[in-house]
Amino acid sequence: MTTVTIDKAGPTRKAKYGSMSRDRTWALRWSYFFLVIFAIFSLTPPIYMLITSLKSSAEISAATNPWWVFHPTLENYVGLLTSNQFLRFFWNSAIVSIFVVTITMLISVPAAFALARMRFWGSTVLATGVFLTYLIPETLLFIPLFKMFAVIGDWTGVQLINRWYVLLILYPTLTVPFCTWIMIGYFASIPKELDEAAIIDGASWFQTLTRIFIPVAFPGIIAATIFAFTVSWAQFLYPLVFTTSTDQLVMPVGIITTLIKGDVFNWGQIMTGALLGAAPPLIIYAFLMDYYIAGLTAGATKG
Amino acid sequence: MADVALQSNRAAAQAARKRSSLHKMLKRKSTVAFLMTLPLILLIATLVIYPAFYALHLATLNKSMQRFVGLSNFEFLFKRETFWLVVKQSCIFAITAVIFKALLGFIVAHFVHNIPAKGQRKWRGMLLVPWVIPPAMSTLAWLWLFDPSYSAFNYTLSFFGIGPIAWTGDEMWARFSVILVNIWVGAPFFMIMYLAALKSVPEQLYEAAAIDGANWWQRIWYVTLPMMRNIIAITTLFSLIVTFANFDIVRILTAGGPLDHTHIFATWAFRIGIEGSDIPLGASVSLFMVPILAVAAIFILRDISKRGNEA
Amino acid sequence: MADVTLRKVVKRYDEVEAVRGIDLDIADHEFVVLVGPSGCGKSTTLRMIAGLEDISDGDIMIGGDVVNDVPPKDRDIAMVFQNYALYPHMTVAENMSFGLRLKRYPKAEIKSRVDEAARMLDIVELVDRKPKQLSGGQRQRVAMGRAIVRNPKVFLFDEPLSNLDAKLRVQMRIEIKKVHQKVRTTTVYVTHDQVEAMTLADRVVVMNHGRIEQIGTPNELYHKPATKFVASFIGSPAMNFIPCRLEDLAGKLHVRLTDRVVFPLPPARAARYQGVPRTDKLLLGLRPEHITEAKPHSEPGIETFDTVLDVTEPMGMETLIYFTMEGTQVCGRVNPNAGAHDGGPLRLAVDLNNMHLLNEVTGVVL
Repeated sequence: MTTVTIDKAGPTRKAKYGSMSRDRTWALRWSYFFLVIFAIFSLTPPIYMLITSLKSSAEISAATNPWWVFHPTLENYVGLLTSNQFLRFFWNSAIVSIFVVTITMLISVPAAFALARMRFWGSTVLATGVFLTYLIPETLLFIPLFKMFAVIGDWTGVQLINRWYVLLILYPTLTVPFCTWIMIGYFASIPKELDEAAIIDGASWFQTLTRIFIPVAFPGIIAATIFAFTVSWAQFLYPLVFTTSTDQLVMPVGIITTLIKGDVFNWGQIMTGALLGAAPPLIIYAFLMDYYIAGLTAGATKG
Repeated sequence: MADVALQSNRAAAQAARKRSSLHKMLKRKSTVAFLMTLPLILLIATLVIYPAFYALHLATLNKSMQRFVGLSNFEFLFKRETFWLVVKQSCIFAITAVIFKALLGFIVAHFVHNIPAKGQRKWRGMLLVPWVIPPAMSTLAWLWLFDPSYSAFNYTLSFFGIGPIAWTGDEMWARFSVILVNIWVGAPFFMIMYLAALKSVPEQLYEAAAIDGANWWQRIWYVTLPMMRNIIAITTLFSLIVTFANFDIVRILTAGGPLDHTHIFATWAFRIGIEGSDIPLGASVSLFMVPILAVAAIFILRDISKRGNEA
Repeated sequence: MADVTLRKVVKRYDEVEAVRGIDLDIADHEFVVLVGPSGCGKSTTLRMIAGLEDISDGDIMIGGDVVNDVPPKDRDIAMVFQNYALYPHMTVAENMSFGLRLKRYPKAEIKSRVDEAARMLDIVELVDRKPKQLSGGQRQRVAMGRAIVRNPKVFLFDEPLSNLDAKLRVQMRIEIKKVHQKVRTTTVYVTHDQVEAMTLADRVVVMNHGRIEQIGTPNELYHKPATKFVASFIGSPAMNFIPCRLEDLAGKLHVRLTDRVVFPLPPARAARYQGVPRTDKLLLGLRPEHITEAKPHSEPGIETFDTVLDVTEPMGMETLIYFTMEGTQVCGRVNPNAGAHDGGPLRLAVDLNNMHLLNEVTGVVL
């Protein structure tokens, strides 16, 4: 608004300032224009999930305008949330994720503390090793791991394949290296004097960790926890390979293997399931966005 | 003379005593440290390093895993046309997707950085949503958007007289769709990394460049890009690894079809090793991911140790 | 309360010797300041006393006991760090009581000790705040409070004031002195600021290159420096060193600065320097306050000469003047009304009663 008035009323000298800020206004308009386009691109799939989840099968197969719900219904939600099978998937996912988060933090926080603060023989090699491990994708290891667990089952009689708890052993390979890595970064950013002060105050190494480092690096702990949780919740390959019975499945695999029956796609229920499966990470993200982003950027910028 | 000798003797004894007790203390501290890292070491050793070598061993066995066959699994792969198709597709998939993710992320980060700081949080929050949703779940939505008979995209395009497009049915369109979904999932990660890097470029540099008469393009070329070079490099390498080893998207969207024309290493290894129960051959396929991953990892490590030295 | 003794203490990092054999006796209740340029080993020495660094050789005794292998927590010391090292997640009271809580002191005693220290440092109203909500000076007080509540044998200060602005530094300096007068705990204080050292210390230890250059009271160091390093390090502006030679003229000992400038030495000085070889290359050490404008009447030991000033710096109560002598820049202090101005001539007086003569090669004050 102001630019327009200046342009109209101002003499030539003022027009120069006007053109500067007019440039900026246009840059801003273009920015918003493209941001809206990118936001549409980003949000189309989740919104389409929501739209479809509110439709009945009849409306879906009627092939009316797919972008609009003419007869909204919650039947898909009711159907899934009263289905024991679906609740079982949800429960399995929740249990696995909570256990994996706990295991991950119990392993990675002390290790990160030792690697960040207690220089010992081989500690730098180990820190690099941790980082390298983080770069190894699960797609490289699932076949040998599958065979390994099969062999262990044959030898010891401890059946791990097709049990949900096998995931408790597998998921930490994905979460621990990254969480250790970002916790090393967070711990290393704590001034050295702080642990020296604690040592002089009479704290043991363990007390320094629990009473100084963990509280001070709490944002890092939250970021690592969020990471461990979202990775556990979203993991698809390991449960697909290692679990097959419907009572052992976690959400992502459960939805895909049970809701898609041959060629019959019950899209209303599939989209509802996908939305419910996406809900926990989305809710965490909505409430702890800053920690989420801090963890995301920490991996590459720290260290 | 004797006095001196006595003194030096005592000094030596003292030094020895000190060294041994010092040694004890160091040992104690390093023992504690070792115990704290032991679970981590065990985890990495048994569940990452061992299986990695086990994969090498498996790759040398025959299908029933009773006989050592040397490199004949690899020979067999080299003779199969599908294998070369997978190699080609993996490279196209990874390179195209990473380039577009990087470009799109860079552009979007700039637009977000451009708008007033007050609104940035909101936009950033919206634009990161694709990264937050578990890929398996969001790919289902894409699958439904690409549905052969009910595709919402085709419905929309029909108003412009285009289509219908066989998004997952035609081999070229299937490849396009797989890459598109991957870009959709991965671009926000680049956006966030770039945004963090953009924020760390001191405003004075832009002001100095503006005073020197640089236009917006020159400012990007001479100020932004050099300042962000490190972040761009490391993010791209990270993404290259993740994209190259991708499984979820291809598996759910096309399962490798039509006629193996979207298979990449991970999905093909799964098809052969798990679904086809030929574990040695599957292991051999997945091992082909190692060289490119190793190259990317070396570059990342070099970059990180370089930054470590600078700090 | 205890004395601290260092015997031939050495610290080696791989090949580098950071501290090269230090002997130091610190008496009970004494306030000793270690001062020196960065990298002189003063902080390393302090950290060895604290037990944060292992000692490579020698002995450290606190209260008569050798503590070489005693971990920091059992040495009964308290330390104040340069960046305060306050625990950011704890309130002021929690910060101060952390050590006592770890040692499981009774709650009532912890409270009374914290209250007492807070009152002494005038931070009573801050005890429930977090460090983030405090100013630099307040953080400094809390860091000191944390040391005081422990009631340790020895206080260690590692450059505690260098993060404060100049004004606050002066204020906190006085504060530290007051606290020491009240609690009388043996204190070892490290700083690179010679003013801090002079104002706080009972005795100052000047260190350089891992060695002790000189130990003495502030006045001793100022008036009787043992080496060129001490002479130049203590005092601001620094002492002038003018190349010179000794000469016998008409049976009296003179000091020759240039072809034209020769001063006879006062009798006391002449007697002291009689044995110095006349061929030795020497330095005449003169503090700026001993180079002033010439007075109309002459005094014994005060010699005058004419010069042309390069630059003048009016400071208010005095004017600093700079001129060149045989290629050496010399600084003097004159009365603001002495008529000094940039590039102008001025008749100056040097007070040779306060002169120092140094060997240019060894740096030893003769």
